[in-house]
Order: sequence, then C-alpha cells, then structure tokens
Amino acid sequence: MWLLFYKVWLRNARVWRKHVRASLIGNLGQPFLFLLAMGFGLGRQIPQIEGVTYLQFIAPGLVASAVMYSGSFETMYGSYTRLTTLRTYEAILTTPVSVEELALGEIVWAATKGIISGLIMLATLPFFGLIPSPWILALIPMLFLEGILFASLGLIMTALASDYEFFNYFTSLFITPLFLFSGIFFSISAMNPVIQKISLALPLTHAVNLSRMLCYGRIGPDWPIHALVMVILSMFCAWVAIVLIRRRLIL
Amino acid sequence: MTLTAQEKVEGERTASAGIPLVEIRNLTKQFGDRMAVRGLDFCIYPGECLGLLGPNGAGKTTIIYMLLGLVRPTSGKISIFDESIPERLKHVKLRIGVVPQADNLDPDLTVFENLLVYAAYFGIDRSIARERADDLLGFFALKNRSDEIIQHLSGGQRRRLLLSRALINAPELMILDEPTIGLDPQARHLMWERLEDLRSQGTTMLLTSHYMEEVSRLANRVLILDEGKIVAQGDPGEMVANMVGSEVFEVADSPEKLDALEETLRSCDVDTEKVADRLFIYVREPCAELETMAISLCHISKRPANLEDLFLKLTGRSLREK
Repeated sequence: MWLLFYKVWLRNARVWRKHVRASLIGNLGQPFLFLLAMGFGLGRQIPQIEGVTYLQFIAPGLVASAVMYSGSFETMYGSYTRLTTLRTYEAILTTPVSVEELALGEIVWAATKGIISGLIMLATLPFFGLIPSPWILALIPMLFLEGILFASLGLIMTALASDYEFFNYFTSLFITPLFLFSGIFFSISAMNPVIQKISLALPLTHAVNLSRMLCYGRIGPDWPIHALVMVILSMFCAWVAIVLIRRRLIL
Repeated sequence: MTLTAQEKVEGERTASAGIPLVEIRNLTKQFGDRMAVRGLDFCIYPGECLGLLGPNGAGKTTIIYMLLGLVRPTSGKISIFDESIPERLKHVKLRIGVVPQADNLDPDLTVFENLLVYAAYFGIDRSIARERADDLLGFFALKNRSDEIIQHLSGGQRRRLLLSRALINAPELMILDEPTIGLDPQARHLMWERLEDLRSQGTTMLLTSHYMEEVSRLANRVLILDEGKIVAQGDPGEMVANMVGSEVFEVADSPEKLDALEETLRSCDVDTEKVADRLFIYVREPCAELETMAISLCHISKRPANLEDLFLKLTGRSLREK
C-alpha cells in the first residue's frame, strides 16, 4: 500500500541533482555564516561554556538547525510549487501512486535533504578544529528523525497554504524563534527553571541537546527523554501532514 | 469528416455486445450547496471514443476527477474494468492513461526523463520503459527532442509529449481532457491524426473538448452535458441531423429585413433563430423559397449543420461565467 512512495522520492532526487549547487548553498549558507560570525567573531570574546569553546558549543546545534531549515523549506516552497505552479501532484495522482504515498514520498525526500545538509555541516567541523566522537554515528538516524519532523511540519503548512506569503507566519513565528531559543547559542541549564521548562516544549531543543551529546560523546542522563520526544513528535506530525494533504487533494 | 458507415456499424455492434469498460450509475457530486453532477448514468464500451461536451461548469472535469479518484462522489457508483472506484483505484489506474487539461510535465527534466519518471510510477521495468519511451517518441515525432528540457519545447511538442506519457503504461482506457487546448491548427491536426491512429488500434477513449470539429472527428458517441445532467446523447451525425437539420443559412441584415425574411419562411420546414443582427435558418428539408432568396441576398452563407449548432441549441448562447 505504501511502497510507491520511493518513486516520488526518486523523482525529487532526479530533479534536485540538476540544481545541486544552488540548492546546497541555499540550505547551508545561513548555518555556516552563523558558525563563522558567532563562533569566530563573538566566540573570541566569550569564555568557555559547559567546558568547551563557544564555537564548539554552538556547532552541533547549528548542524541540527541546518536539518530543520532544509527539511521544512523543501516541503513548504518546494512542495507548494509542485502542488500549484508545476501541478506535479496532479500528474502523479493520475498514476497508481496514492495520495498517502505521495505525501510520504515528499516527507522522506525533504528529510533526506535535511540530512544531506546536516552531514555536510558535520563533515566540515574538523576544519574548525572540532574532532567529533564515534557517537556521531548515532546522530545520523537522529538527524533523519528531526528531518521527518520538520518536513512534516512544512507539509502541514503547504496543505493549509493559499499562497507563498502564508509561509511567512510559520517561518517568522515558529522556525526563527526555534533557531534562537532552542539552546543553540546559550546554555539552557543556566536559565531560570521557567525558561528551562518552556524551552523543553520547543521541538528543536531536543534535537540540539542530542546533537551536542553525540558530537562530543558526553551522553547525559536525559537522552532517552529527548529521543522519545523526537520519535513521537515526528511520527505524529507525519501522520497529521498525510491526513491534511489528503484532505487538500481529494475533494 | 465523421465516421464511415462501416465504422458506425462496428461501433454499435461492440456497444450492444460488449461488457462496458466504464459503468456509471446514478452519480452525484455536491460541492457545498452547488450540485456539480446530478444523477448521471452512462457507460463506455470497449473500442469506442465517447465525447463529453458541455459548457464550462457543466461537470465534465468533475466527472473525470471522480473516475480518477481525485473527487469522491456524494452518491452513486463507478466501476472501471469491473472494479469498484475508489476502493480498487490503484489497480484500475495501472490500466488508464490520462492527458490532462493543464500541462503538468516536469519542466526541469528532459523529454526522455519525463517519460521514464512517469513510467516508474506505474512500476514499469526500466528497460521496458526505455523501449516504450523510444517507440512513443518516434510515433509522436519527438525523437530528435529526446534530450531537450521541457522549457525549450513548443506548445504542440508539449501536448504530444503529454499524450506519449499517457501511453507509457499501454493503457486500455485513455482519458483525454481537452487534449488540443491552445494549439495552432497544424499542431492540432497532427494530434488528431495520432488520436485517430490510436482509435483504429482499438484504444477506448473518453474525450472532452470545446472544439466541436475535434469531437465530430474523433468521437463515435457524444454526451452533451449541461448543469450536471445529460441533455442529449448519441451518434453525433445522427443527432445533428435529427435535432438541427441538414443545412444552416446565416443571414446578416437590418432587423426589418430579417423579420420580413422570417415571415416568408413560414411555409418551409425550418427553425429560425435571431442573434443580434444575424438570422440563423436551420433547414430540415430543402426549401425552394430559401434557395431563391439565397441568390438575391448578398450577406448570406450556407453550410452543413454541425455539432456546434446542436450544442448551442441544447445549451443556449448565454455565457457560463461564474
């Protein structure tokens, strides 16, 4: 029933190969610039934080943020374009591919783009003098889950969107605050308890925490909670996205 | 122009003998408080080309979308290849080819890649897909454009590619939703020739179009829809002969002259219709008065009655704009 989703994935991968360079620069530009500006620039004036340099502190979180941006932007701007201007969905739905397979293919593809961005960021860390621990291998499936989560959230927005402007709400009111307040740039454990609780309600916090733990092999006692939240949230959001896309496409 | 007598006989024989490929019973679709389709019943028989005609908003696209499972019926029953829709959609779609109204080719991919990607959705083996794509590009005169990006194709080439793509799974039923929309006459005639080839190979087709010439040429049976209901159906040539007549005179003149003309035609077996400063005279039986008058009037033209006359007669001349 769900097998043809990977044909949708293949279609997207084939199109993406034609625009690899522009696509990667679009996805990686921001996290890299932050790493340079904050890590090298601001980091020089900041003492060690949680026992590492500021650059080392923010790098794993920026890896997680690259996955978030790539994943959600693909299912917003990319999927919305395929839904409206290109009418790709209409073409696919006249074939044996079901609307559920179509939605799943879009989510898994966007998660794949997310993980590509995340892996490229990780691969460059040694050039900044950061040598990751072997635990980094466990980070890869975690980043994929994070990709599924944000791809699904993006696809939910596409299912609800009436134009491209609609995505500004999601980007300005959700993605940007997550980027700033999920503990990428400052240690949440140093904040007061209320703020700590609030930050735990933000989905990116869990990805940032896990990413930092696994990058440096310093596994904290609360890793199962972070991992569980990621699993449950990503599955739930993927399900909602599929239901909403079905509702939008099948009248 | 229309079908030969022998083709018609063959069409009817299959129609009466065959088990329908598509069977629609009491089909209804309601969008909010608007009834788009009201209790439709019709069948499509193997080997026939059924033309679906109707003004905008008549329900043509809704019907096609219901056949494809993109719109769920409010009530009624659809079966295709004796399988129930939407329950068995996946199996049924394996055997259907669709030419959509709007171009939905992948603009970033080449002509050949478009066919391969589409074939993959049907789970067609890669080597078979390549072979079929090659054949189809040959048949549709696109072989030399094989590695071209879609953005560089002309409108006619895109339409031919859409038709090739719809044939990649060797479908038993083709759904053609305004297949020649926006084409120049040369491109349209080439499409028609290819569609006629397909029909003579026995491919069953459902065709919607606003070009009456296209429907007359391709369809061996026509359904005329208006406001979600069938208002007439049958063989297009017979329908025109029975409901409109054999010939049409169009006279342009002052209203007084047209009134006088209408008066003198009372003895003839004709229908007349006045539109603006133009009088249409639909002739069932040859009429001597009219023939004489035709010589004396200069703004008069005579032509065979056609499907467009029938269409306008049944669905009226007012615009269907929301």
